[in-house]
Amino acid sequence: MKLNLKIWRQKGPSTPGNLVDYDIADVTPDMSFLEMLDVLNVGLVEKGETPIEFDHDCREGICGSCSLMINGNAHGPETGTATCQLHMRRFKENDTIVIEPWRAKAFPVLRDLMTDRTAFDRIIAAGGFISVNTGNAAEANSILVGKNIAESAMDAAACIGCGACVAACKNSSAMLFVSAKVSHLAQLPQGHPERSQRVRGMVTQMDHEGFGSCSNTGACEAACPKEITLENITRLNREMLRASLIS
Amino acid sequence: MTSIKSLLKSSVGKKFLVGITGLGLSGFVLVHMSGNLLMFFGPEMYNTYGHKLVTNPLIYGAEVGLVLMFLVHMGLALSLTLANRSARPIAPSQLASSCEKSARFGSRYMALTGLLVLTFVVLHLITFKYGTYYPVTYNGVEMRDLHRLVIEIFKCPLYLIGYLFSMVVLFVHLAHGFSAVFQSLGLFSVRGCLIKKLGWAFALLVAGGFFIQPIYGYFYGGK
Repeated sequence: MKLNLKIWRQKGPSTPGNLVDYDIADVTPDMSFLEMLDVLNVGLVEKGETPIEFDHDCREGICGSCSLMINGNAHGPETGTATCQLHMRRFKENDTIVIEPWRAKAFPVLRDLMTDRTAFDRIIAAGGFISVNTGNAAEANSILVGKNIAESAMDAAACIGCGACVAACKNSSAMLFVSAKVSHLAQLPQGHPERSQRVRGMVTQMDHEGFGSCSNTGACEAACPKEITLENITRLNREMLRASLIS
Repeated sequence: MTSIKSLLKSSVGKKFLVGITGLGLSGFVLVHMSGNLLMFFGPEMYNTYGHKLVTNPLIYGAEVGLVLMFLVHMGLALSLTLANRSARPIAPSQLASSCEKSARFGSRYMALTGLLVLTFVVLHLITFKYGTYYPVTYNGVEMRDLHRLVIEIFKCPLYLIGYLFSMVVLFVHLAHGFSAVFQSLGLFSVRGCLIKKLGWAFALLVAGGFFIQPIYGYFYGGK
């Protein structure tokens, strides 16, 4: 099929960018979205033009490297799907597709569709971990975890840190990401000792990075490729209050 | 103490205060709306209620509290909104607005609806609280005939339409705000169907209640 693409091109972090039109033919419905961009890039290279820069790695929907705002949707129109797992069968002949990078002050564009998402790494470094010596896996029954807690923590742990929540949010808020990490660790016995300092550290770093606050719009939840839910944000708020008022 | 200070400096803590004060203001509009419904019990009941309210010495404390709640609510909401705006220097050329990946309607316009409600409150105070004083005497006590003023004001269709429009705006603000409070306080998630329905029900109750008086005043005023 033939498609008209409008892709954000930007030479560097401080140069202004703009949407550039590209026509592409020979797209098959079985191609993934990133494969379609690969085909476009091969064509650009053959013509002697600079290929379009975009982030990708595993292409299996688990690494969180891919991004892309596709027609205003973070990770495209499919729900619960990362861009790498989006296929061209979702589009029709002669569709116009607008492709932009994540838009947030805390995620500056490095080039074209590639953004700097190290702000998330700094938030994790501010508390999103457990300070214990690692070694052999402990005997499973030595620390008992209830089924419902294990499930809820595991659901939160599914966050791949791609930043779609930030991109979808009108405030560029990182609350869904931070809440997933806090929910993952705060619910488990291993995470309890550092519970308070973790949430305080991560929220402080989140504000410091220049992410906005939560307006409870639910756009993040809708965009999340791992279907992290708003309940986690409720839990983050509760954890933050608990950490500040009780301990 | 230091942890409470750092809480109030954080975006989460600010949202917490916006939520608490919003809840207080929700309580105020509910009581105000209930007071308005006394109109159906006749002018004497209505005016006596108003008289008892303003002559109660506790009213000054309540008014100060109300003004403080308003200021904290607006001030923090404004500072959060400005921070939110600066968090996104370039908006995407398009953003999902009508498919399943979009944000809820009311939640996108809280700052706008809040500003409209503020404008309304100012006009409303000028019209009623600081409006014409008609004296009336019941059982030898002279008081303000607010009933007469209300009937008079709502005879003007322009004021009626403006008032009803403001109540629709208040509805949109409350429909999101009332349920979102519980999420900001970390109590329930707005995703939970029940709390969302409660938000809608509360907004409908308050805005619906406020709808009754001006319509009644317009059609049956003075009869």
